[in-house]
Amino acid sequence: MKITNEVVEKHGLKLEEYSKIKILLNREPNMLELGVFSAMWNEHCSYKSSRIHLKNLPTKGKQVIQGPGENAGVIDIGDDDAIIFKIESHNHPSYIEPYQGAATGVGGILRDVFTMGARPIALLNSIHFGSPDHPKTKSLLNGVVSGIGGYGNCIGVPTVAGEIKFNNTYNENILVNAMAVGHVKKDKIFYSKAKGLNKSVVYVGSKTGRDGIHGASMASAEFDDNSENKKPTVQVGDPFTEKLLMEACLELMKDNSIISIQDMGAAGLTSSSVEMASKGDLGMELHLDKVPCREENMTPYEMMLSESQERMLIILEDGKENEAKKIFEKWDLDFVVMGKTTDTNKLTLKFENKIVGEIPIDALSTKAPIYDRKWTKIKLPEKKTKIKDLKKIKLQDALLKILSSPNQSNKNWVTNQFDQMVMTDTVQKSGSDAAIIRIHKKEKAIAVAVDSSANYCKAHPHTGGKQIVCENWRNLISVGAKPIAITNCLNFGNPENPKIMGELAECILGIKEACEFLDYPVVSGNVSLYNGTNKKNIHPTPVIGGVGLLLNINNRVNQCLKKEGNLILQIGKNFGQLHQSIFLEEIYSIVEGPPPEINLSNEKNNGLAVLNLINKNLVSSVHDISSGGLILALAEMTFNSGYGINISKPKNFFNLMEYFFSEDQGRYLVEIEPNNSNKISKILNDNNIFNETVGVVQKNYFEIDGELKIASNDLYETNNTWYNNY
Amino acid sequence: MNSSVIVFPGSNCDRDIAVALEKLQFRNKMVWHKDVDLPKSDLIVVPGGFSYGDYLRSGAIAAKSNILNEVIKAANNGCLILGICNGFQILTETGLLGGVLLRNKNLKFISKDVYVKVINTENRFCNKYKKDQILQLNIAHNEGNYFTNKEHLKELEDKNLIAFKYSDENGNLNEENNPNGSLNNIAGIFNSKKNILGMMPHPERTIDQVTSNVDGVNLFTSLLS
Repeated sequence: MKITNEVVEKHGLKLEEYSKIKILLNREPNMLELGVFSAMWNEHCSYKSSRIHLKNLPTKGKQVIQGPGENAGVIDIGDDDAIIFKIESHNHPSYIEPYQGAATGVGGILRDVFTMGARPIALLNSIHFGSPDHPKTKSLLNGVVSGIGGYGNCIGVPTVAGEIKFNNTYNENILVNAMAVGHVKKDKIFYSKAKGLNKSVVYVGSKTGRDGIHGASMASAEFDDNSENKKPTVQVGDPFTEKLLMEACLELMKDNSIISIQDMGAAGLTSSSVEMASKGDLGMELHLDKVPCREENMTPYEMMLSESQERMLIILEDGKENEAKKIFEKWDLDFVVMGKTTDTNKLTLKFENKIVGEIPIDALSTKAPIYDRKWTKIKLPEKKTKIKDLKKIKLQDALLKILSSPNQSNKNWVTNQFDQMVMTDTVQKSGSDAAIIRIHKKEKAIAVAVDSSANYCKAHPHTGGKQIVCENWRNLISVGAKPIAITNCLNFGNPENPKIMGELAECILGIKEACEFLDYPVVSGNVSLYNGTNKKNIHPTPVIGGVGLLLNINNRVNQCLKKEGNLILQIGKNFGQLHQSIFLEEIYSIVEGPPPEINLSNEKNNGLAVLNLINKNLVSSVHDISSGGLILALAEMTFNSGYGINISKPKNFFNLMEYFFSEDQGRYLVEIEPNNSNKISKILNDNNIFNETVGVVQKNYFEIDGELKIASNDLYETNNTWYNNY
Repeated sequence: MNSSVIVFPGSNCDRDIAVALEKLQFRNKMVWHKDVDLPKSDLIVVPGGFSYGDYLRSGAIAAKSNILNEVIKAANNGCLILGICNGFQILTETGLLGGVLLRNKNLKFISKDVYVKVINTENRFCNKYKKDQILQLNIAHNEGNYFTNKEHLKELEDKNLIAFKYSDENGNLNEENNPNGSLNNIAGIFNSKKNILGMMPHPERTIDQVTSNVDGVNLFTSLLS
């Protein structure tokens, strides 16, 4: 088949890129080689638009064992323990086929973690849907939620935290990001770098089918002749096989048979073999006749580009093949020696005793295109809305409306479909600022949370990027954990549009500044571009997944009120900023102006002070103030506590709405015993930390003198209704 | 007391139950599904999970496995058998326990803490509980909707073969607190000799105050006494 311009474009490559391929090869590629190039040079695998910006992110730190560039990031949590984690997107497939798209998203991220030797101990997700009124939203929500649950529940890893948001920016392009966290002994971490010549390259796991071939490379010219096969197929997940693969890999990892290991994710056999060879500065020869196929007459092109799930590529030490094979046979999985490492620095593909493709490894990796795309700076929007010009609404009505809105509603309907308890180390489930997972059979634990704020990022990406790192940091602090490192999933629109590229560049800049200041490095991540169309891009939606450490599990706190008569202290200053707030959006449908300002210095001081109070056992509960402001945070503290709050009216504020609904950052609520009050004030004042008492814990009622009085149970019920009625 | 936990491909609560048994001083062994011999056991646990992916029908393939023949023999000789969640489904598929577990009435996977009432305490599994005691246990299943024929249901009630029923926190049995649609709110049942218990809630998830509560502990200490 001749490679025409049309064929090149169908492979998602630009004509200039094709010219570059010809130069690198010094000839025209054949179809198989073109397919391999398209798989490696696409945005998903090459990060060609984002790479020059990503390299500015801080990726090192005292506790970082492995930063970006491996299957996942690794951090040191003391003793001989390490935590491996990463977040990844599965947006496009989930919109086409929500159940399988979401399920395979979970499967893929789990493989990234156990490939490195870790046993997965927690799953998280960040999912964004279009407006609840959009005709597709309900079925997408149902499909995605059952897909996430279907995979995690079956494989037996608890799904412990996440976020679900609705916004019409996602009407045509939902976001499904999944994060996995695993635990490993420091001396048992496995990497993907190949080492040594003539070592066996082994294929293990499921058989290869024709699913997902379009995934990285889109359609191919070969399929044109046969329209039946051209139907795009989303990968189909099999959590049962993944469970077997995980157990088999972890069993093999107990001894020293493995030189390197890589899961076959996006671009399957192609990217796994190229990445291993590239990192090891070696070549690799693969015999495609040996690939276990589940369909007949599969071509080398299909085998190299299939994204069938639950497969791994392993390079073994000499003489370990039989032992390793026994383990995979025990688990009823395929195990095939299909190639070897070579000194040619080429990927050599053989089929039916012929070389059917041969490409220098560096042409697929280090020499892949990198773009410094044009981008425009985004100005901070002006403050236009003035609260005094808006139609008046009662505080109580506003609170109840926000509490019952889709984005602020209790998410039990969703989380009750996820097994949160399996592995029996879940100390704090979802529904709090962060989930807490105990390290098996130890006294320490990790805290995990995922966050995003698309409206803030849309308004001003630079501030939004900073804000979302800070919010995630705050969430970990709020349960008593010292934040250690993050993974990020950057969901953006079309990078060829300079405005969108500007959103990406400036969000990354914001993330960088916050991470540097908070000593909160990025250890892994994923970029998902082209969300939406050029005309209608999604809001910039960077998602941050953070991991923190609790050295002593007994020092944990949650947001539930504990005792009548206790005082509630607000830490951090309230400036009454309402722009881009949930209040203006839900009550007046106004989404404009700048996002709340970020003062990194205050953020850090306030957070470290709260952590200090927690570690000194001076606080009974803690909650961060975020979407919905002070009053929503106060309301959430009453949920499931059996208590209410008598809330003080502000002394200095002109407008109650600004006081109660502002989303000024760097703020926490802490519940304290009155007799500790002086001691705590002294600690805070000595550190120049603004604090004031905002309420007293009381029985049954949530009230502000003269403004509102609601039974705490009713408040909870109001928060609990939306999903059940949707 | 010697216990054995059967491990199928796809079991995922096998480690959890082993941790619980060891914590409560059982001498426990893990038994792989392809094994043909059972170690000497006073208690055999068929744990939760998705044995063989639960393809075909939950528990159906596991019920035909090698090791289940040995479990059936042991059960018929009076060995104590505990099937939890998928284990309960497997035991009904083998016929060791009557009835079936249908899909949950809301057709969704349900994972949450529920209240159950201890109905029968005169047996090896529940003797440390008080009659009508209310426990808070965790459930996590897609097919936990217990169903059986009228005669068998009558037999279960008349002969006091129901171990646990879903209830509210005060022990009231009603539809509102029946999470999955089980007949008569049934959460766990015995065979007629009461040496076999199948239950949907996971007692191994409630043995530690740090992660939950300790309402599951007495099920294990009952067995030891």
